[in-house]
Amino acid sequence: MAEMIAPTGDTAATAIERTAIAAETVGPPPTERIGALRWMRRNLFNSPFNSVLTLLALGLITYWGIGFFEWGILNAVWYTKDSNVCRQATGACWAVIVEKHRPMLFGLYPYEEHWRLVIALVVYLGTVSATLAPPFWKKQILVPMWIVSLAVMGTLMWGGIFGLTYVDASDWGGLPLTMVLFTGTLIFGFPIAILLALGRRSRLPAVKAISVTLIESMRGVPLITILFVAVNVFPLFLPEGMDINKMLRVVIGMAIFFACYQAEVIRGGLQAIPRGQYEAAEALGLSYWRMTYKIILPQALRICLPGIVNHIIAAFKNTSFVLIIGLFDILTATTSVMQDPLWRRYFVEAYLFVAAVYFIFCFALSKYSHQVERWLNEGRRF
Amino acid sequence: MAASDISRKSDTSIFNSLAVRGVVYQVLLALAVGFIGWYLYYNANANLERQGIATGFSFLNEAAGFGIGESIIPYDAAQSYGRALLVGILNTLHVAVVGIVLATILGVVMGIARVSSNWLISKLASAYVEVCRNIPVVLHVIFWASVIRNLPSPRQALSPFTGVFITNRGLTYPIPVANPVYPWMGLALLIGIVGAIILAKWAGRRRELTGQYLPTFWPGLGLILGLPLIVWLAGGAPLEWSVPALRGFNYRGGASMTPEFAALLVGITVYTGAYIAEIVRAGIQSVPHGQVEAARAIGLRPGLVMRLVVLPQALRVIVPPTTSQYLSLTKNSSLGVLIGYPDLVNVGNTTLNQTGQAVEAIAIMMVVYLSISLTISLIMNVYNRVVAIKER
Repeated sequence: MAEMIAPTGDTAATAIERTAIAAETVGPPPTERIGALRWMRRNLFNSPFNSVLTLLALGLITYWGIGFFEWGILNAVWYTKDSNVCRQATGACWAVIVEKHRPMLFGLYPYEEHWRLVIALVVYLGTVSATLAPPFWKKQILVPMWIVSLAVMGTLMWGGIFGLTYVDASDWGGLPLTMVLFTGTLIFGFPIAILLALGRRSRLPAVKAISVTLIESMRGVPLITILFVAVNVFPLFLPEGMDINKMLRVVIGMAIFFACYQAEVIRGGLQAIPRGQYEAAEALGLSYWRMTYKIILPQALRICLPGIVNHIIAAFKNTSFVLIIGLFDILTATTSVMQDPLWRRYFVEAYLFVAAVYFIFCFALSKYSHQVERWLNEGRRF
Repeated sequence: MAASDISRKSDTSIFNSLAVRGVVYQVLLALAVGFIGWYLYYNANANLERQGIATGFSFLNEAAGFGIGESIIPYDAAQSYGRALLVGILNTLHVAVVGIVLATILGVVMGIARVSSNWLISKLASAYVEVCRNIPVVLHVIFWASVIRNLPSPRQALSPFTGVFITNRGLTYPIPVANPVYPWMGLALLIGIVGAIILAKWAGRRRELTGQYLPTFWPGLGLILGLPLIVWLAGGAPLEWSVPALRGFNYRGGASMTPEFAALLVGITVYTGAYIAEIVRAGIQSVPHGQVEAARAIGLRPGLVMRLVVLPQALRVIVPPTTSQYLSLTKNSSLGVLIGYPDLVNVGNTTLNQTGQAVEAIAIMMVVYLSISLTISLIMNVYNRVVAIKER
């Protein structure tokens, strides 16, 4: 009965007004139906089972929260150059991150030149952020922007001109290497993915067969085996005397692996395009490639954008697999820093730091993907 | 005049025909693929000959000469590479099967928790999902490996329950001592399950014919649990536990899980569980609320609403993506190579380094994983066909 009078979601002000009106006729509403109490009753204690669960969870949160607070903040060592200070403390040793953040973030890159990597990372993150913003989604902006920033980053990382000392690619490491692997995977992987997706939907049996075979066999094996092929087997297939840089081989391997998963997502988008679109484009006399480029792909990629972003996130996480073949990405760099006998007992702090780096990047991208989905659904309402 | 021009043009150029062009493109593509394949094969042959490496799989019969930490089948270093690889395959399957079971349980619990009406529980579950999904599985695995390596030694073992010991040598737990009655109990369980299925089918058919409802859940459960229990009691109720005890530097008795297995298992389970939780949440939310309301309106009890209306519809959404999670868990079990768990990739990698047969060793790994993937997707496709909408 009372349930029906008060609509849900009333603010405190209207509730008080209503209280005043209701007091004359049916008396004041029960207090637990206002504000925080009502919310708790609805969301935490709405059944005996839920009440027990809530209390249990609260207990665990308090217990672990206090434990973590004592370990991570109260008894933690924030800054010291001496690992013995950490040994005596009962809490976390965040000093390991302060002390070792340079080799963890930048790997084997010459210590005095780290500023170049910092600038390169800033340029990179700036370019990525700009790419994600819809106003920049124009070919005339995106392509020159990426060419310029890749050139700037390349110059900074390799050096050798403008008075910068030359640093060989085999000395690259840490977060910048993770970014290089990630960006390389996307740049090589995307065109392959689109070709494979189109190939799988092709009317020509040979094209279709080749695409299906490649996609299904790549999706059936672990990334590690692809990396083994890139590192151990691929050099055997090259003519004598020819050599391709190991990092490039690994990037191409990861790109093909990424492309095969992405191709399936794009194929989903292609299948969602109504037949009429193809027929209309053909009736206009467009050639296959013009039709694909101008009519089909823009719509298909729009439809499957959330799926595409999911696989981009996966590609970022997959860069960590290079630990197995000894490329110095941020995870490999951290693992090797943790070999230091003085600091290695503080591996939890160090891995938490790396986990935070991955988490921030991936979480931001997945939130962004939700936002994109919302934009797309807005368009569909009209 | 103009019309005859056009017709003449289309007569002369056969390349304007889509069919002809299609054939030409395909022939060109096939030639290109063939040529690249031949060129790579030729180079590989030349390179291998120069390095003095024999091709072929005859190395599989040679003695491996390396030990393997854990194995389901008997193995020692004097046995062949083929045997060693088989041990690796079985270890991969072992960790994958246990991982799939645990990740499913974790994922379903967390997925249901995410749609819980309890705000706190749903927030905790989504924190788990977001954190574990957004951290690479490689980091999960090496983190847990480091944690286990830094656990106390057997003398200062952690013991959360009596008889269970967690140390840097792995997890040790009590198991019942083998008894001739146990296999019979297994058979009784099997008979119970078959009996329960037959009972449910029969009751369902009877209900459709006569409209009479027969309870099948409790009798079925009674069959499944009761038959083994009767066998157990008839066999004299044998219950003797093998409890681990500290002898020297490690525990004896009970069963144990090696630290590598435990680290890999925890890592891939926690990671995949987060993905399965998301799939389960999406599946439950995909069932329109009207379905639940309609089911309640025709008088179904809450349990039956879940079992007859919500779950069958949610499963259709849940099963296909879960299959691919099972596959990716199996593939991620190859991270064993990082932490020293002797899975297929680890054994294959050792073989590769010892024999130099890179192409063959990697080909074996790929073929095995492909077969596992195809088998799992085949099984799940059959299951999917069972739960799919039956259109009449």
